[in-house]
Amino acid sequence: MTEFADIWSYLSRDPLLWLTATLIAYVAGDAIFRASGRKPIANPVLLSVVFLAVVLQATRTPYATYFEGAQFIHFMLGPVTVALAVPLHSNLHRLKSAALPMICALFAGSLTAIGSAVGIAWALGVTGETLLSVAPKSATAPVAIGISEAIGGSTTLTAVLVILTGITGAIIATPLLNAMKITDWRARGFAVGVAAHGIGTARAFQVNETAGAFAGIGMGLNALLTAILAPLVVSLVFG
Amino acid sequence: MIAHIAILLAFQLVGEVIRTALGLTIPGPVIGMALFFAALLLVPRLADSIRATAQGLLAHLSLLFVPAGVGIVGHLDRLGSDGLALFAAILGSTTLAIVVGVLTFVGVARLTGGRDD
Repeated sequence: MTEFADIWSYLSRDPLLWLTATLIAYVAGDAIFRASGRKPIANPVLLSVVFLAVVLQATRTPYATYFEGAQFIHFMLGPVTVALAVPLHSNLHRLKSAALPMICALFAGSLTAIGSAVGIAWALGVTGETLLSVAPKSATAPVAIGISEAIGGSTTLTAVLVILTGITGAIIATPLLNAMKITDWRARGFAVGVAAHGIGTARAFQVNETAGAFAGIGMGLNALLTAILAPLVVSLVFG
Repeated sequence: MIAHIAILLAFQLVGEVIRTALGLTIPGPVIGMALFFAALLLVPRLADSIRATAQGLLAHLSLLFVPAGVGIVGHLDRLGSDGLALFAAILGSTTLAIVVGVLTFVGVARLTGGRDD
């Protein structure tokens, strides 16, 4: 037992352990997702987060220690965001013909996301700093956190709401859009990118490459627009 | 492969520099994406060579959100007594935003005759 404790105390301080654990958790989550017949509720992000949270809790590992290893994966978000330009470019001919629908859907989707989130939360009795933290939740995390700070929300709470929004969007998008009988991959991807940023975009790429490309541009444009609209909506509501 | 990663990182780096220099709220990688898109328009050859790498990376985009996702678990108590209301706001507004966004897109596309091919 002492021997195991020694090995554990060595390993738990090494980034290798949590980097490997994150990859294994994801491979397992993805395997369950596939085994479920790619059911949206078996979302690989949600599953791997739950696995890792349980393991961290059981081993009393602080998040900072976990992130020492996981940061290498987190870091890849940057270059992979840049790589979104490639499917965008492959869909160039689609992009040109869809400029007007995209602009209209961007404004409608973005405004609905901000307005209905603040509206529903307010109607259910949420007030003050917590209510302000809700406004930017459909934007990609770094943008949402910046906006939250600027309008007087809590950045930690906004980060939590952003991730929950992404996972929610990734889970509901396919059944919702199928029920609406929407077959246009451009429209499906774009709406999900606007409403559920990167996690929604990741989901769109699992379904269809065109949907993924349009989700990526929806996410990017909504990052810009939320930075403009969220402070406006907040000043209207609180002004 | 290494050259492709270097290209992506270089565009992210330029994006970060622009963000910091101009004090923008848009993240560096998003600026990098816009610049890289412009570069692909100018040099379409680049897109062909980098396509396989980009597709490989994007196929596992979900994985990259796991560390941040694990991070929020410890902060779920931050939702506090408003937890249920906030969950309702997220579920309701995400559903509405997708519905309104997709119907607007499809509606405007139909009006302007911009059908997909």
